[in-house]
Amino acid sequence: MSPTVLITIISLSAIALTAAVILYFVAQKFKVYEDPRIDEVQAVLPAANCGACGFAGCRNFAEALVEADSFEGLVCPVGGASVMEEAARLLGKESPAVEPTVAVLLCNGSPEFRHRTSVYDGSADCRILHNLYIGESDCSYGCLGKGDCVRACNFDALHMDPVSGLPVTTDDKCVSCGACVKACPRNLFELRKKAKKDRKIYVACSNRDKGGPARRACKVACIGCGKCQKVCAFDAITIENNLAVIDAFKCTFCRKCVTECPTNAILEINFPPRKPKVEATAESINS
Amino acid sequence: MLKSFPAGGVHPAENKLTAGNPIEYLPVPPSVTIPVSQHIGAPATPLVAKGDKVKTGQLIAAGKGYVSSNIHSSVSGTVNKLDHVIDGTGFRQPALFIDTEGDDWVDTIDRSADIIRDITISREEIIRKCQEAGIVGLGGATFPSHVKLSVPSGKKCSLLIINGVECEPWLTSDHRLMLERGEEVLIGATILMKALGTDRALVGIENNKPDAILHLKELSSGFKGITVHPLKVKYPQGAEKQLIKALTGREVPSGHLPIDVGVVVHNIGTALAVYEAVQKNKPLFERVVTIAGKSLPRPGNFVVRTGTPIIRLIEAAGGMPEDTGKIINGGPMMGKAVYNTDVPVVKGMSGVILIPMSESSRKEVKPCIRCAKCVTVCPLGLEPYLLMTLSLKGLFERAEKERITDCMECGSCSYTCPAYRPLLDYIRLGKSTVTRLSREKNLK
Repeated sequence: MSPTVLITIISLSAIALTAAVILYFVAQKFKVYEDPRIDEVQAVLPAANCGACGFAGCRNFAEALVEADSFEGLVCPVGGASVMEEAARLLGKESPAVEPTVAVLLCNGSPEFRHRTSVYDGSADCRILHNLYIGESDCSYGCLGKGDCVRACNFDALHMDPVSGLPVTTDDKCVSCGACVKACPRNLFELRKKAKKDRKIYVACSNRDKGGPARRACKVACIGCGKCQKVCAFDAITIENNLAVIDAFKCTFCRKCVTECPTNAILEINFPPRKPKVEATAESINS
Repeated sequence: MLKSFPAGGVHPAENKLTAGNPIEYLPVPPSVTIPVSQHIGAPATPLVAKGDKVKTGQLIAAGKGYVSSNIHSSVSGTVNKLDHVIDGTGFRQPALFIDTEGDDWVDTIDRSADIIRDITISREEIIRKCQEAGIVGLGGATFPSHVKLSVPSGKKCSLLIINGVECEPWLTSDHRLMLERGEEVLIGATILMKALGTDRALVGIENNKPDAILHLKELSSGFKGITVHPLKVKYPQGAEKQLIKALTGREVPSGHLPIDVGVVVHNIGTALAVYEAVQKNKPLFERVVTIAGKSLPRPGNFVVRTGTPIIRLIEAAGGMPEDTGKIINGGPMMGKAVYNTDVPVVKGMSGVILIPMSESSRKEVKPCIRCAKCVTVCPLGLEPYLLMTLSLKGLFERAEKERITDCMECGSCSYTCPAYRPLLDYIRLGKSTVTRLSREKNLK
């Protein structure tokens, strides 16, 4: 072995050793302690990074869970009860009950019910249309149908129905992250409590105009007549600004309001067909 | 070499079909719909109720607060109802519906054809009269004129500019006013000069109206301090800041008003309305509207009462052509397609343009080819392609830094884009979002 090679090996080794020693001390000096439980909790979370919990991503949410004294107000809607329980078990804390919710569209204004009175040929973007004018129908509250919500959904839970021109939620896929709620410029989405068999009863309308103009704009508009409120035995229905709202937590799915509604603005979804007498009504509503 | 503003600008086909058509009076319609918000600022508060009898020129809604404007009845008759109407902005607004019975004017209005040249009243009186008469900028922005005339303390107005540019294609209402009511317009300008406390006024007119330039030049020799200046034809020269730059070389900084450089700009139509309000006691309830379109049988310029449904105007022009695709409220560059033909004429409506279906539809959007044509034509030196992308991606803070709120929505970028990208659509969206976000931030 020539002396050149020997000198090279020795000098390089010496440099490497010095650097290693310096790096060791620097690493000790600037060490940041990170709770190992954060990694564990993050592994449990769905890694969707959707922001539904209110944090920037799953990592931030995991940090918040580890630091928090109780899980009050901290919920991962995507993971639901199972994920929250798992996280609680890892951290040795109590997990509050998580109510699963699902996004529903508070509008049923398909062209069949809500006449299109103008044609919009600009950019297919609800926000632009909403800023520009009242929309293609006379209803200034209803769905614009340009699919901002569909583009906002990261879970493939929304798609546009080509016939009705309205977005449809696939309940199994919806994780109630709230992206569609934020995306809709007309605030037409509501995260509603999930019931068994995906049953839903809700007022599919957001029109806050008085009865006359609302009805002229759309055949299935809520006119705020109050009939549903009177028939409801559980105080689940309130009427504000000419619009009825059914409280999902008080509703017992008795379906009395559905038949009472003169404009068929209240929808019942995933119910078995009714007895022949009222079947026609139920069918026309579901269609 | 003719003057113009230096940066950007386009020159769309002028299509001034109605430049040779004298102004006609449109018959008073059987009913009118008068929106209570025909101006920038707070909507006016209605003063009449259902069943009330009103006269032509009567105050029917009072301006609420300082930046607001009075609304006067344009017909005599009975108030039918107070309801909502979808007006030229495309949104539902409260409006007064009046059924016409005859045409009985308020007694104080001087209806004679005499031209009164002597200005007898004081500066404050002029501003008060403009406020009472509900005068707003008739170029299209409808900013209440009395606010513009009240020079804030500490600032001085050294120059009045009368805007006779009419840079929008198709429109000829200001052109006809200059030719037919030139003297009254110049008296109006003198009144405005007195109100502003300045002794100098420039009238800017684009060179595609040589007859108007000649006519006003001849007339202006009889008026002290008023000079007429021809300008190179370039859109958007009618924009306030661009016109100031073109005529005086002064540049209004971003976020400032023309008064900060000692200038106030008023439109030809506004000058005439000021003349009528001050000398004739006539409130603003009618205006000249150009109705034009390639296949319209009888296009023209009409004096229309506010609240008249535009279908009356179209009928007067020979009826709606079958191939109509869009009806534009205003000029084709900055105007907005109307919702239906019942939309009422308002103070700010300078024209109604009928565009055939073949020309009105949007073309297929293609990817940006980075040609920078939009940057070249932007009169404000913005980068429209970038602003569109930022708005599309939701990067509103960056858009604010790129001065998105400076955009005046002239549409030169969308007009010139070879890939037919909806630049202005997204810039408008970004602009409104940025404005909303900064308002929310200020509230916190």
